[in-house]
Amino acid sequence: MAEHAVSHAPAPLGGRLVTPVTVTLAALALAAAVVLAFRFIYGLGAVTNINDGYPWGIWVAYDVVVGSAFACGGYVMALLVYIFNKGEYHPLVRPALLASLFGYTLAGASVIFDLGRYWNFWHILTPGYAQVNSVMFEVAVCISLYILVMWIEFSPAFLDQLGFGGVKKKLSKAMFLFIALGVLLPSMHQSSLGSLLVIFGRQINPLWQAGYLLPLEYLMTAVLLGFAMVVFEATLVSVGFRRPLETALLSKLAKFIWGLLIAYLAVRVGDLLARGALGNAFRFTIEAASFWAEMLCFAIPAWLLAAQARRNNPGKLFAAAVLLMLGGFLLRINGFLVGYETGAGWHYFPALPELVVTIGLIAFEILAYIVLVKILPVLPAQSATH
Amino acid sequence: MGETIFDLGSGDGIPSTVENRLGISRREFLQFCTAMAATLGLPTGAEAAIAKAIEKARRPSVIWLHFQECTGCTESLLRAEHPTLEKLILDVISLDYHETLMAAAGHQAEAARRSAMQANKGKYVLVVEGAIPTRDNGIYCKIGGQKAVDMVKECAADAAALIAIGSCASWGGMPSTSPNPTGASSVSEVLGKPVLTIPGCPPNPYNFLSTVVHLLTFGKLPELDKLGRPLFAYSRLIHDNCERRAHFDAGRFALEYGDAGHRQGYCLYKLGCKGPETHANCPTILFGDAGAGCWPVGNGHPCIGCTEQGVGFTKPVHELAVLKNVVPPTSYPRVVEEQGHSSFAAAAALAAIAGAAAGGAAMLARNLGKAHEEADVGEKQE
Repeated sequence: MAEHAVSHAPAPLGGRLVTPVTVTLAALALAAAVVLAFRFIYGLGAVTNINDGYPWGIWVAYDVVVGSAFACGGYVMALLVYIFNKGEYHPLVRPALLASLFGYTLAGASVIFDLGRYWNFWHILTPGYAQVNSVMFEVAVCISLYILVMWIEFSPAFLDQLGFGGVKKKLSKAMFLFIALGVLLPSMHQSSLGSLLVIFGRQINPLWQAGYLLPLEYLMTAVLLGFAMVVFEATLVSVGFRRPLETALLSKLAKFIWGLLIAYLAVRVGDLLARGALGNAFRFTIEAASFWAEMLCFAIPAWLLAAQARRNNPGKLFAAAVLLMLGGFLLRINGFLVGYETGAGWHYFPALPELVVTIGLIAFEILAYIVLVKILPVLPAQSATH
Repeated sequence: MGETIFDLGSGDGIPSTVENRLGISRREFLQFCTAMAATLGLPTGAEAAIAKAIEKARRPSVIWLHFQECTGCTESLLRAEHPTLEKLILDVISLDYHETLMAAAGHQAEAARRSAMQANKGKYVLVVEGAIPTRDNGIYCKIGGQKAVDMVKECAADAAALIAIGSCASWGGMPSTSPNPTGASSVSEVLGKPVLTIPGCPPNPYNFLSTVVHLLTFGKLPELDKLGRPLFAYSRLIHDNCERRAHFDAGRFALEYGDAGHRQGYCLYKLGCKGPETHANCPTILFGDAGAGCWPVGNGHPCIGCTEQGVGFTKPVHELAVLKNVVPPTSYPRVVEEQGHSSFAAAAALAAIAGAAAGGAAMLARNLGKAHEEADVGEKQE
């Protein structure tokens, strides 16, 4: 802990921007841009496999639903540091916020890629056009606002360099408001992403149709994913940029994760038992297999994180974080695609161009993260540790 | 029929007048009327109406000529119900010559025509059904030894009004279809002047009846377009009032006879429906008095454009119509939607990425754990 106390203030990492890694990432992002150009010229049918039975594909199920949950690092760290007043985690806030910023901004952009008549997207934000009773409306407005709020939250990192020091000072007085919003808004829309499935009723396999518990399950896993993402990203940053591991801080965090994970598993399994839906898990179906994969991804971390010794092991901590991310991913993909049955004959599997866009977006996120931590004060300065 | 129809009159009423005019006994006259009614399939009591109609002085004389045709126009007219044809020919006009309906035959019939023309010179109405062959001096159609081309000129000379009924008389119709071996021509081409035309194959009988009623009521022809067609019937494209139009606008088409779209009553444009380039009131007044939806398109067959020169009997039934007043969208949704497919390349790519990510994460976790254990051992040794 001592080393962090000295090196609390964030500083730019510096170093070369053009490396084999950044070039590869840029190439992947460029490929996505080419596919998107096709999509905007020739329409959704030209590049995706979505159809009348599956009007959304991975651009919604992964890029938006999973992507925004993966981007909950900023949300959970703000929750922890500012709401639960755990100041010792502060060094993790800004890097987490940066990852969230891109995760959410690209999730918002993905919605536009997936809109058939994207030129009408502004309708949902326009009073008179918007259908205020719709869950989709709540999600859209919340995510749009949260993207704005996050840019404001992150702005102290770049306002100085842009020569807006005065603005930064004024902003810092009102920052508590934006931080509060930054915690409120994701709590709203992450739960609403679960609510989206409620109205699909019997089209969703009973294994995932948790009804009024869906918002709670989605919110809990969003928080879990946020924490897992913080562990994942902090570990990768340490390994990738050859910085010392933040295991001490992360293993303390892992204790929170474990508590929440146990609570989530209680809700999830309790709900399945209460609804008598568990029978569906013992059939030879893709849904059942996917269900067990999802449950294992939550159960193994519950064991990994249970003991102090394993939490202190960065390898096991990292494995638990990856499995949790996979579990949250599967929960959402299962709910939105695998367990979503719209009628006989309809099926969906992403087309190659769809995958290229999704991979390109992820590559762009990582690329932007690498570039920005090198030029902006995001990561804690390391002078005292070397 | 109204009650007055059954009133034969009494004393020296109607029949006695006819007795004088036709030079037959009252008994003979009523016997004739009854026989006529039976021949025409008219209900009991109609003989009274016939008696009354024939008694009535000076209804306009109508001469109806048949040339290169199938008599479909007359056939459809026979099935009109409001008014019925017998009402027309008995109450409203005096049909003096009509090859299908007249009782006379041979030279007697031709003589009747000539005497009617003579008696009503400049006052009779001439109706022409069928095209007129003009090749080889018109020898391909003769009636009583007279060539059609001569007969139409002879009859038209002193006619007060001239109606060309059916597509054949209007613009040549089916007989004029290429290669047109007989040189089949329309009435207007033979006479060299515009005439009123009621095209259609067959035309809707009400378009003819309404024209005649208009003529008798107002003493003049209804308003016509530049092809001589009454505007009340031929001013709109079939496409404009078609009951399937909403399907066209929404892009829902039958692509084959009997396919899912056809069974659901989708637009027949892609089967070659000529509604978008054919002027007629078929969708509005339907056909054959058989009830709602009874007209070609309503029954599921594309319009063949029978009223329109250059469309009916000229373009193949399956050929796409020229869209005269609607520009369609550049693309339409499919009638049967694709239900989704997956490609091997995408599955392979996804599997490769998942494998690489899983492998990478597992290796990283293992190395991190190994380093941690080594550090632990190191710490203990220290």
